[in-house]
Amino acid sequence: MFELLGITPQGLAAQLLVGLINGSFYAILSLGLAIIFGLLNIINFSHGAQYTMGAFIAWIGLTQVGQWFGFPDFSINYWFALILVPLVMAGFGLILERTMLKRLYHLDHLYGLLLTFGFALIIEGMFRHWYGISGESYPAPELLQGVIPLESIGIILPKYRLWVVVASLVVCFSTWYVIERTKLGSYLRAGTENPKLLQAFGINVPLMISLAYAYGVGLAGFAGVLAAPIFQVNPLMGSNLIIVVFAVVVIGGMGSIMGSILTGLALGLIEGLTKVFYPEASGVVIFVIMAIVLLIRPAGLFGREK
Amino acid sequence: MSSKIKLLYGILVLIALLLPFQDFIYLVFAMKVLCFALFACAFNLLLGFTGLLSFGHAAFFGTSAYITAYLCKEAGLSPEFGIVLGVLGSGFLGFLIGSLAIRRQGIYFAMVTLALSQMVYFLAVQLPFTGGEDGIQGVPRGMLFGLIDLKDDVSMYYFVLAIFLLGFALIVRTVHSPFGQVLKAIRENEPRAVSLGYDVDRFKLISFVISAALAGLAGSLKTLVFQLATLTDVHWHMSGEVVLMTLLGGMGTILGPVVGAGIVVGLQNYLANIGSWSTIATGFIFVVCVLAFRRGVVGEITHFFKNKN
Repeated sequence: MFELLGITPQGLAAQLLVGLINGSFYAILSLGLAIIFGLLNIINFSHGAQYTMGAFIAWIGLTQVGQWFGFPDFSINYWFALILVPLVMAGFGLILERTMLKRLYHLDHLYGLLLTFGFALIIEGMFRHWYGISGESYPAPELLQGVIPLESIGIILPKYRLWVVVASLVVCFSTWYVIERTKLGSYLRAGTENPKLLQAFGINVPLMISLAYAYGVGLAGFAGVLAAPIFQVNPLMGSNLIIVVFAVVVIGGMGSIMGSILTGLALGLIEGLTKVFYPEASGVVIFVIMAIVLLIRPAGLFGREK
Repeated sequence: MSSKIKLLYGILVLIALLLPFQDFIYLVFAMKVLCFALFACAFNLLLGFTGLLSFGHAAFFGTSAYITAYLCKEAGLSPEFGIVLGVLGSGFLGFLIGSLAIRRQGIYFAMVTLALSQMVYFLAVQLPFTGGEDGIQGVPRGMLFGLIDLKDDVSMYYFVLAIFLLGFALIVRTVHSPFGQVLKAIRENEPRAVSLGYDVDRFKLISFVISAALAGLAGSLKTLVFQLATLTDVHWHMSGEVVLMTLLGGMGTILGPVVGAGIVVGLQNYLANIGSWSTIATGFIFVVCVLAFRRGVVGEITHFFKNKN
């Protein structure tokens, strides 16, 4: 059947893997958006830029930091970056939330979107100013270089890509677990339903909101570090991705945490499959799906009509 | 309209008419401002008066720009037909995107329009007649009605000014009509408008189509002025820019978008030679506008005088 269409099973498997990787990024970014949207009612338009920023900080840590401080041998390697960058980004998010976003909660949602759009332009512009748009490469850590040959089915699996899928799935599902199955998560969910009532129970809701934003931004930073060895680290990497993620969010409906994870993965795979069977459409397939879903279920696949 | 405001408009039109007789302001720059002012006014009809934030208006601006460029260059059509067909094209696209987008509200609406306009961007990159990365260049300005040669900047300027004033008058008329009142009602309180018996979706869609068509008109004019249509016209940064113009000038005010367009275009001209700083500056203005003066320049001025009385 595959030969009939001029595609080998190996080619198909390779494209599916690429799709799965893209899907993991869609999942992790739309998860971050969903968490932020849930508590702040703000579409974090700077999510893409924060993802770019994560990748850049990792790259700067690896190649530049040592020279800045006069220790050319010093560098922050991939594994440290994987922990450090999300923390730095979360701190950055905390500052943004406390100093600026906080002032907008009593206003229309639109202003939050416009403010974060402004952040996105500033971040993107700065990196473009400092590093140009040509892009920098970030080598995968030694442990994850090379491939796993699967001779029985005739394909090779690059180790790093496999790691990306596993790492993002672990992060996504543990986030899901915390939100849906623990006490902390129940506070979060109560906060999205009725913040005033929760406050009456003595929970510090403003702090919770700040931390939720910080966590969402941290997730974007984490995705950025994961992405650095796969894609070129360049200032536009986030703004190109984020629009697709928005489409994913519309399709999934952001009704549930699981919904955003599953929709992200599924759309990555569908995009990968389209690349095999009809490459010209791979850039628009997600938007076409979005149009169809809007016609049939305006609230999205997992969404509830409000 | 009070007589003071009529006087203000009269003075503004007079200044615009006299613009070719001076050496301080470059005429092509003035035309650019007028094109973007029309674009921003069209956008403001939707955001300021209907309360719908479209983040995909570049799609209409760009589609019309491409259609006009293609028809005038490859098919040799005269500029008036190029513009009319461009406007019809973007109006139709507005109908398609609008029918989908009004099914969701608030920020979802913004995301849907953004995603669909990105789809238009992909098409502009891939379709055979758009010239891909290069766009369509060297579009002839042509002879208007076969009589007036638009190659001359002065006659082109008066043509752009006439179209701008027509578009502007149409928007003012729409806003002050009973139809416009319904739009405002939807903006202020949609459930109440529904309960009053208005078919809210239809009103939203009509306002979306008018806005898209006028945005297209601005795109067509821009193509004729600069004689090119490129990917910049359909890129989502353009959608962001028009949001900025409206926000900066004052959304929901009649003159706001014009002032906003003047400031943004002026700033870009001024900042053009320092590259990516213009993106940073744009972002910075966004942040300041949202945090400090949400009414925009014109909105704040009106507010000041209202408080004084």
